Amino acid sequence: MSGLTPENLHKAETIVALYPERRSALIPLCHLAQAQEGYLTEECMEDVALLCGVSAAEVRGTASFYDMLHTEPVGRYVVAVCTNIACMLAGAYSVLTHAEEHLGIRVGQTTHDGLFTLEEAECLAGCDKAVCVQVNHRFFGPVDREGFDRLTGDLASGRLDDEVPHHGVLNRVERTHELEAHRESEGAER
Amino acid sequence: MITGAKPIVTARMDHEDSYTIERYLATGGYEGLRKALGMTPEAVHEEVNQASLLGRGGAGFPAGRKWSMLRPAPTTYLVVNGDESEPATFKDHLLIERDPHQIVEGSIIAAYAIGARQAFIFCRGEFALGLERLTRAVEDAYEHGALGENIFGSGFGLDLVVHPGAGAYICGEETALIESLEGKRGFPRIKPPYFPAAIGLYGEPTVVNNVETMSNLPWIVLHGGAAFAALGEGSSAGTRLFALSGRVERPGWYELEMSKTTFRDLIYDPSLGGGIRNGNELKAFIPGGVSAPWFFPEHLDMGLDQDAVGKAGSMLGSGSIVVMDDKTCVVRAAWRISRFFHRESCGQCTPCREGAGWVDKVLRRIEDGFGREEDVDLLLDACDNIAPGLSWPPKQTTICVLGPSIPSSIVSAVDRFRDEFLVHVKDGACPFPPDEVRHAG
Ligand SMILES: Cc1cc2nc3c(=O)[nH]c(=O)nc-3n(C[C@H](O)[C@H](O)[C@H](O)COP(=O)(O)O)c2cc1C
Ligand code: SF4
Ligand code: FES
Repeated sequence: MSGLTPENLHKAETIVALYPERRSALIPLCHLAQAQEGYLTEECMEDVALLCGVSAAEVRGTASFYDMLHTEPVGRYVVAVCTNIACMLAGAYSVLTHAEEHLGIRVGQTTHDGLFTLEEAECLAGCDKAVCVQVNHRFFGPVDREGFDRLTGDLASGRLDDEVPHHGVLNRVERTHELEAHRESEGAER
Repeated sequence: MITGAKPIVTARMDHEDSYTIERYLATGGYEGLRKALGMTPEAVHEEVNQASLLGRGGAGFPAGRKWSMLRPAPTTYLVVNGDESEPATFKDHLLIERDPHQIVEGSIIAAYAIGARQAFIFCRGEFALGLERLTRAVEDAYEHGALGENIFGSGFGLDLVVHPGAGAYICGEETALIESLEGKRGFPRIKPPYFPAAIGLYGEPTVVNNVETMSNLPWIVLHGGAAFAALGEGSSAGTRLFALSGRVERPGWYELEMSKTTFRDLIYDPSLGGGIRNGNELKAFIPGGVSAPWFFPEHLDMGLDQDAVGKAGSMLGSGSIVVMDDKTCVVRAAWRISRFFHRESCGQCTPCREGAGWVDKVLRRIEDGFGREEDVDLLLDACDNIAPGLSWPPKQTTICVLGPSIPSSIVSAVDRFRDEFLVHVKDGACPFPPDEVRHAG
C-alpha cells in the first residue's frame, strides 16, 4: 500500500488552498484518498494528516465518525439499499432480503470476488424513486427484486462503467479556480 | 385550492439541460445578481425582509431577520446547507442536481447583502452527481464573471467553495455542519450562542441558510419582496417545494403556493399526489419530515401553512409529506423512524443516546411479536425522559433538537393506535402483511 499518488497530492494542495484553515480540507482529502484504493489506507491517512496539519490519529478519529469513509477495504461496488420510511413503505426490506440471498452475503459483507459490498442505507433523498438504491453513490430507482438482479448483472459485466465510476465521489469534480476575491489582503494578513 | 401561482424555484425543471450555464443564462440567469449589485447591500436585505422569506431548512426562521443578527466583524461567512438528510426529504437534492446555478446566484446575492468574505455550499457527500454539477456551476460562474474579485465590475468580490459532506445526518444541524466544515467530527455545539451569527465558522459571524432558501433569492430581487409576500398568506409567504412520498400514486416534488394549497390537494389531486395507492384508505401522514408529529385524515383540509400546522401540534419542517395507508403497520413505521434516530444520534447527550437505543429496541420487539403489554407505557416513559412532558414543541434538555424529535412518531402512533400495539402483543406477531414491493415503470 502506498500514500497519495503524485497527481492526487497535487490535487490535494489545490483543495487545501481553498480554505482559510487547512484542517477544513480533511474530509475532501479523505474522499480523494478513498477514491484511490476504495478505502483509507494508513499511508493515505498520514498524507492527509500532513496536508491538514493534524496527526494521523486525528484523521482516523474524524473519519470514523462518517459513514461514507471506510478504514477497511470494500468491494468495487458499494451497493446501498435504502430502507428508511418511504422506501420501507415501498417494500425495501423485501428487496434487501432478496439482495442478501442474491449476492450470498449479509449487510456489511463483501462478496468473495471483491465485486460487491452490501449496505443498508438511511434515506438517500431519492424517496420519490423508492425503493432507492445507490451504487458508489450513483442513484437507481425504483428498484424491485428483478431490478436488483438486473442492476448487479449490468455492474458485473461492466455495462454501467460509464455511469458508475469505481469508488470516490470527487473523481469527476473539477475545481480549477483558486481563491481570487481577496488576493491582495490575504498576503498582508498571513 | 391549487392556485395558478407560477413556480419560482422549479421554473427551469422542464428543460433537460436546466443545470447548464447556457440554459441558465437563456432563462434570466444572473439577472437577479446584476440587479442586486446595482443596489446597496442594505436595500437587498430590505427586499428579503419584505418578502417574509422563511428558511426552508426545517426551523422556518425568517431569513431577513437571521441576517440582522450578525455580529459586526471584519470577516463574515455564508454557509449554505445542502446536507439534506431528513428522511423523506428530497427537494434540495433536486435543486442541487437540476438547478445548481440558481443556488450559486442566490448564494452570491446573500453574501453581498451580508458582506460575506467567502461562501461555502455544504453538499451532502452522497450526492456525487450533485457535487459534480454544483462545482461545474461554480466554475462557470467564475468564467462568467459572477464570482471572483470584481463581480460584474461592481467592485464586490466573493469566493465560493463547494464542500462535500461524508455521511452523517447530524451534520445538517447548523453548528455540527460548521464543525464538519472545520474538518472535525460533526458534534453540535453547546448553546448559547444560539446562532452562528454570533460565533460561527472559525469563530467568526456566520449565516447558515438552506439551499432552497438561497434558490428563492434571485426571483425575490428581480420581482421584489412584495411580489413574493403577495403569494401565500401571512407569515407563510411565497411558494414552497414539497416532497411527497409513501403510499400515494404519484410520489414526487411539487412546488405549491403556501397556505392556500391544502394537504388534501397535495395528496389527492390528480395533478399532484393522485390519491392513495391502489385506492386504499389514508391512515396517517407526516406533514414535515420524520421529526414531526403525525397528522390524520381530519387534518387534510388544513393549508400548507407553517403557523396553522404548528398550532395543530406539528410542523411543516423540511416540507416532506409521507403518506401511510390502511395497510401500513404503524409500529413498524415508528420503529423504522426511531431506528434512524438511534443510528444517527451523535452520542453527546445521555437522554438522546440512551433513549434512542431503548425505543428502537422496544419497538422492534413489539413488531416482532415479543413485546409485553407494559412495553407500550415503557415507550412513553422513555420518550418522557428524552423530552419531559411530551409537549409540542418539545422541551429540550439536550444540545440539539435531534433528541427531542425522537418522541414525535412514537407518541403519535401510541396515542392514536394503542390498540394496534396491543394486538401485536396479544397475537405475538405483526397483524399486517409485509410491505408490498413497488415495481418500476
Ligand atoms: C438534526 C438536524 C438536522 C438538520 N438537517 C438539515 C438539513 O439537512 N438541511 C438544512 O437546510 N437544515 C437542516 N437542519 C436545520 C439547520 O440547523 C438550520 O436551521 C438551517 O440550515 C437554516 O437554514 P434556513 O434558515 O434557511 O432554513 C437540521 C437541524 C437539525 C437539528
Ligand atoms: S441531542 Fe442527540 S444528536 Fe443532538 S447533540 Fe445531543 S446526542 Fe447529539
Ligand atoms: S426513504 Fe429511501 S430514499 Fe428517502
